[in-house]
Amino acid sequence: MKLESLTIAKIHQLLKEKKLSALELSNQFLEKIEKDDKKLSAFLTVDKELVLSQAKEADRKIKRKEEVSVLTGIPLAVKDNILVENLKCTAGSKVLKDYFAPYDATIIKKLKKLGVVILGKTNLDEFAMGCSTENSAFGPTKNPNDLTRVPGGSSGGSASAVAANMAVCALGSDTGGSVRLPAAFCGTVGFKPTYGAVSRYGLIAMASSLDQIGPLAKTVEDAQIIFDAIKGKDVLDSTSVQVKKMNYDFKASQLKIGIPKEYFKKDIDSKIKTLVKAAIKKYEDLGSKVEEISLPHCTDYALAAYHIINSCEVSTNLARYDGVRYGSLKGKSLMDLYLKNRGQGFGFEVKRRIMLGAYALSAGYYEAYYLRAQKVRAKVKEDFSKVFQKVDLILTPATPFLPFKFGEKKDSLSMQLSDIFMVAVNLAGLPAISMPCGKIDNLPVSFQIIGKPFQEEVIFKAAKNYERGK
Amino acid sequence: MISDKEVQHIANLVRIELKKEEAKKMQKELSLVLDYVEKLKKIDVSKVKIDFGPVKIENVFRRDFPEKEDEARIKKIIKMIPEKEENYAKVKSILK
Repeated sequence: MKLESLTIAKIHQLLKEKKLSALELSNQFLEKIEKDDKKLSAFLTVDKELVLSQAKEADRKIKRKEEVSVLTGIPLAVKDNILVENLKCTAGSKVLKDYFAPYDATIIKKLKKLGVVILGKTNLDEFAMGCSTENSAFGPTKNPNDLTRVPGGSSGGSASAVAANMAVCALGSDTGGSVRLPAAFCGTVGFKPTYGAVSRYGLIAMASSLDQIGPLAKTVEDAQIIFDAIKGKDVLDSTSVQVKKMNYDFKASQLKIGIPKEYFKKDIDSKIKTLVKAAIKKYEDLGSKVEEISLPHCTDYALAAYHIINSCEVSTNLARYDGVRYGSLKGKSLMDLYLKNRGQGFGFEVKRRIMLGAYALSAGYYEAYYLRAQKVRAKVKEDFSKVFQKVDLILTPATPFLPFKFGEKKDSLSMQLSDIFMVAVNLAGLPAISMPCGKIDNLPVSFQIIGKPFQEEVIFKAAKNYERGK
Repeated sequence: MISDKEVQHIANLVRIELKKEEAKKMQKELSLVLDYVEKLKKIDVSKVKIDFGPVKIENVFRRDFPEKEDEARIKKIIKMIPEKEENYAKVKSILK
């Protein structure tokens, strides 16, 4: 049986019809990981015994005709900044290299209850900071489409695992594009929910006003199945909100799609532009109304504001890694303990953001940097609100360039440009999907659909329309 | 260009020890980003009300009532503390 052809819906059918057992399925994926992960390095932890016990439990449920969900027995990979009890959770950092999760993240609890089989923890840029997974303290992950190129980041391990069929689906976290970008670079679907739609309890915090957990999968339906399973208000995350089911249905011909002119004026690979324009044409052919719109603050200005806001929140969230509760180096004094653990435990990119954040928040600079960035954030939100009065969805390229080679982006500024079409979405807290729309010299290209707050259903429906039309 | 004195000052504030080459690289990188974000000054934000969050912000309350934590979980957390004594994390003295 070809692992490439397996989706959640297909597996569920096979399991129900007893043509396959969850144990057989998990063993196939474990073999695939054993065979291919040496060259891809997508996984940081794979606990065989745990996988098999979960699979056996899934089979027991199916046999006894107990409460079985569409996710029962489904092999899922989890980004290593989401806590899965008793498994290591490193956040891709030396500081947490021996940290074992003492509890499950809320969404993991939900998925375990539904009978998912967690295959293992995937590689990421350290503390989710980066666009290529090159910042992992444990080595980079490779892009399955071209082993000399990055899989994107920070959820590179998750994207690579799904694209290489080492998992049916995966979880990642998206703060400035970290689910959508690696999905685009690897050729999978990547989805970021509205801020608050999914609980962040048990997600190692990076930037608390930007972080969201999202699925990476082979099809839009699979991504939606996972989103539906993990969404919901959580008493342990005060920023979480109950997403209400939408009351209406709509046809493709009723959709109004906005194309932001500023996004297409930027430095984009011309072949990417061509493929994205072809995707737009497909929507027109389906009957959707396409019109040009303007988002004046949502590319360069949004990226500049993001640099500051992200770094400021990072500097606060990572203050806890001081060698007292986390870390392993001893110090001669308290100050020495701090300086050593943080100096030697963190990688360069993490240190850079902590320092930039502290600078932007410090006396004398707070107003010029942090306050100003938050005001620009309000302008970004305003741009979107204005436009969403006229259109239902916004369609943009996902990335300005194709997956690049290892070591190609020599500084953080050029690295962060990978996210130029994505960060405004996090600043405004909107939902968005990156959807594969073709290849250039075997390298995947995707477009992005951005939706109104809590209208994930509209995005999924529109993305499915495109998928079906292919 | 941010000065190396400023770099040292921030490194001290955030309790991070930087090696000499790292400090130099940090100086370059920080200056690069600070130059890039200068563009934010071009935007007229005089009439903007600050927005600290992505979507609507609402205060969420609960009763100030201590809840009993799971014993097994407490044990797991304590097990991972680098230096400890009984159930306490051990720290070097702060006050002399």
